[in-house]
Amino acid sequence: MAIRVITEKCVGCKLCIPTCAQGAISFVDKKAVIDVIKCNYCGACIDACKKFKAILIEIDRKVSDQDLSLYKGIWVYAEQRNGEMASVVYELLGEGRKLAEQLGEELSAVLLGDGVTCQAEDLIQHGADNVYVVDNPKLKDFQDDTYAMAMAELCEEYKPNIVLTGATAIGRSFIPKVAVILETGLTADCTQLGIDDYTKLLLQTRPAFGGNLMATITCTNFRPQMSTVRHKVFKKASKDVSRKGKIFTKVLADDLLKSRTKLIEFVKEMESTVNLSEADIIVSGGRGLGEAKNFALVRELAELINGAVGASRAAVDAGWIPYSHQVGQTGKTVCPKLYIACGISGSIQHMAGMQSSETIIAINKDPNAPIFEIATYGIVGDLFEVIPAMISAIKNR
Amino acid sequence: MNIVVSIKQVPGTTKVAINPATNTLIRAGVEAIINPFDMYAIEEAIRLREKFGGKVTCITMGPPQAEEALKSAIAMGADEGILVSDRAFAGSDTLATSYTLAMGIKKLGQFDIILTGKQAMDGDTAQVGPGIAQWLDIPFIAWVKKIEDVKKDAKTIRVERMMDDGYEVLEGPLPILLSVVKEINEPRTESLRGKMKAKSFKATVYSAKDIEADPDFIGLRGSPTIVNRVFVPVRSGKKELVEGATVEEKVSKVVASLRESKLVN
Amino acid sequence: MDYFLTEEQQMIVDTAKDFAHKVIKPVREEHDENQTFPWEVVKKMGEAGLCGLYIPEKYGGTGLGILGLCLAVEEMSKVCSAIALSMAATGLGTFPILLFASEEQKQKYLPDIASGKRLAAFGLTEANAGSDALGMQTTAVKDGDYYILNGTKQWITNAGEAEIYSVFAVTDRNRGSRGLSAFIIEKGTPGFSFGKKENKLGIRASATRELVFQDCKIHKSAMIGSEGMGAIIAVNTLYTSRPGVAAQALGIAAGALDESINYARQRKQFGQTISSFQAVQHMLANMATEVEAARALLYATARSIDKAGDAKGFAKESAMAKLYCSDVAMKVTTDAVQIFGGYGYMKEYPVEKMMRDAKITQIYEGTNQIQRNEIAAGLIKSAASKK
Repeated sequence: MAIRVITEKCVGCKLCIPTCAQGAISFVDKKAVIDVIKCNYCGACIDACKKFKAILIEIDRKVSDQDLSLYKGIWVYAEQRNGEMASVVYELLGEGRKLAEQLGEELSAVLLGDGVTCQAEDLIQHGADNVYVVDNPKLKDFQDDTYAMAMAELCEEYKPNIVLTGATAIGRSFIPKVAVILETGLTADCTQLGIDDYTKLLLQTRPAFGGNLMATITCTNFRPQMSTVRHKVFKKASKDVSRKGKIFTKVLADDLLKSRTKLIEFVKEMESTVNLSEADIIVSGGRGLGEAKNFALVRELAELINGAVGASRAAVDAGWIPYSHQVGQTGKTVCPKLYIACGISGSIQHMAGMQSSETIIAINKDPNAPIFEIATYGIVGDLFEVIPAMISAIKNR
Repeated sequence: MNIVVSIKQVPGTTKVAINPATNTLIRAGVEAIINPFDMYAIEEAIRLREKFGGKVTCITMGPPQAEEALKSAIAMGADEGILVSDRAFAGSDTLATSYTLAMGIKKLGQFDIILTGKQAMDGDTAQVGPGIAQWLDIPFIAWVKKIEDVKKDAKTIRVERMMDDGYEVLEGPLPILLSVVKEINEPRTESLRGKMKAKSFKATVYSAKDIEADPDFIGLRGSPTIVNRVFVPVRSGKKELVEGATVEEKVSKVVASLRESKLVN
Repeated sequence: MDYFLTEEQQMIVDTAKDFAHKVIKPVREEHDENQTFPWEVVKKMGEAGLCGLYIPEKYGGTGLGILGLCLAVEEMSKVCSAIALSMAATGLGTFPILLFASEEQKQKYLPDIASGKRLAAFGLTEANAGSDALGMQTTAVKDGDYYILNGTKQWITNAGEAEIYSVFAVTDRNRGSRGLSAFIIEKGTPGFSFGKKENKLGIRASATRELVFQDCKIHKSAMIGSEGMGAIIAVNTLYTSRPGVAAQALGIAAGALDESINYARQRKQFGQTISSFQAVQHMLANMATEVEAARALLYATARSIDKAGDAKGFAKESAMAKLYCSDVAMKVTTDAVQIFGGYGYMKEYPVEKMMRDAKITQIYEGTNQIQRNEIAAGLIKSAASKK
């Protein structure tokens, strides 16, 4: 790989300089010079030089020895734990159906576990044409070793074009191992998927830099194209009990399903019974609450509208509420239908974790608080007046 | 016990800003820091060393200036720092990065536990940790919120893995790779002794040749994913402040629209 | 101002500053409000290498002298002097050991103090022996290889929390100042107990209690130096430790000045920031000048002591530094509260605490009146010796 400046084309406009995050560009004799030691080949300068096309990256990429035409179909990893299907799976089936139609390929689900075959029909009714099942006592508990191996085996045998997995605690843990085994690309935490009209490649769009930037990524030369997908971004597939599909039960050799780690016990935490990432309504409190006891106000509103209680990092760091309630880049990423931010100014980290919420209500004293930039409804006022007013308005209908 | 911590140097994110005209990062004033999640991994490694003895080695892949991240790790209390750095690594995606770091760790030799932060603050992928484990063919446990016990002689470890609805207690053999979450500890500040040590610290640099990397697996060449487009997201908000003479008036307007869209009863 | 700090000294400043902001600042209000002892901070202070700055390397410290100690105390006191005091008062309790104890005693106690594992305290003052410390009532009566201690020490910083105490007692009433002796007494020794914790105006995160000795039997090997050396040990300890109190006072003043400047640049009245008013500007200018003068005097004193390797020749200067820095602290913090106005009087803002914390620096380790006596005595003595 090499990056170079075509000096004849460079007009010395210096537009490229501020775009370089590495500080690799300098000017000598009114021409751009790129320090190749500093350059990380991000291509930002090329974008800046669109007009003159004076910067060029010559890319040398490994060519796949795969026959890409053999890879067909969209796969959805049907994540279940103790027989309970993760709700993101239905969202993936909904989105996967659209991709399948655009490509004219089949949509399949992959079900791994112990005694899970009975769930295959449900996946078919939600849009899967095929369900690949590995039903084995060795897959009773989720373990990275066994699940990654089983998934990789299925991919190697059936050669899917696209593999979608929920960006859950489980999905984000074992799918990267699958990608390494298959030596293919994986894009994390996508919030948008599409098919390029011309290349038919999967366009995987994801937030970076705490949601400040979006990047669209493709896996051009390798298959399968793999993504983990953020929860609550896509619509759930609707259920059609009349749908029919095929179930393939795959038996894997025992020595493939050996886990080096083992589960000793699962400890359910009461605090997490309010599962933020699943909640449709979240009421969050921040620094503006002033002290721990004022979270009662947030809780009261949340209870009234069947919402979960969230918090900003400032409130968690102050010790007002446990970390499991933290929303934001260092806490949970949420995408509820309604998010009410009370006394949260809206740091980049916080907004990265909640800005894709459908409706956002921001309550803050400071009319210049950044949270208002993303709010659907911004209420400037003292939260100690606004929340009680809201509670009584909802009660007295 | 030999503990390796894989860390990443990232821009201090709070200061990252986007130039709306060019859709690119504004570099001015952005200082480089250790990925905040990796601080928990470094702290945990130091605690393990304090308990079981041994050595903490931090490893990072990056340009020459990433040595600064290793210096900070030394100042916190790490014993050694390895900088895996070569022009050939530029443009690496998570697959190539995890391969490169795995090869670097292999060259390092003996290790019992590899720790990483759960993800990097800039990329947020959480893919490099499990990737390294797979390349090294060692077990991996993500989202570790507590190391309950290490049995040095039996070479086993017991940890708590955070899940959405609670945590799992897991046991595994050494060597193992763990990615840790914020709940695991509170990272210490740089100590005076550490700062003095960091002052004269020079990272050991591994080049692509040193780690015997296969050119097909490193840098842009070894990266299957390609960034096609980078853009600034469109914010959903309208930035309209609700008008009203009193709090009650503003609130009733909002509640009315919420009722209309059936968000509340 | 450039004080020509060495690279190591600058590192102390950076480490202490970072520590103060990341570890002390988040908990200072809570400890102040509840009068709780900041053990979790002390433990981390040890890890950060801030507890053994004045202790030689061979005893587990960093050997960076009195100036090293002062720099750390100043930086931490900018954020919370009460929490910084846990380490500074340990210094006061440690100097008798460092300056006069046997090699064996040093080996036994200094490494744990340097690592922050154990704290120390200094037991001199009594209810009826404050400024007149030599008028103490506590006695140590020889009984074979042992001494039996009886008496009560009052207002002892770190008491109850520390494990190592330098305690002074009368071994021979007839010999006056030659009749005092010093002992190292560990917490848990039978006959050694603590009075109730004092409820104080300021430095509330610091523990102050009585040390109560009732037929407390101490082996003679716990004596520091030899019998009758107590007064010399006490006086030399105070010469050496005074810069530490001065640094604490300086830190409080500098912290209050920083807060005041920030506040003045934000607070708007009459449509402009109050920093644009000359009345406020002049207050800030005076505060800054006094802080800088205090710093220059303190650093020069600490450097002189470090260079000489001994504080004996700098009794006057260390008294000057303690006197001036603490008077500046009181004045600057009072002015800081004034600049903050009504907000300054409220606990939501840090300056009222700084003002409360400042007062003690004019009182303890020798009141400022005693310091003036010391300075005057030094002046007269040196003038007399010139003849």
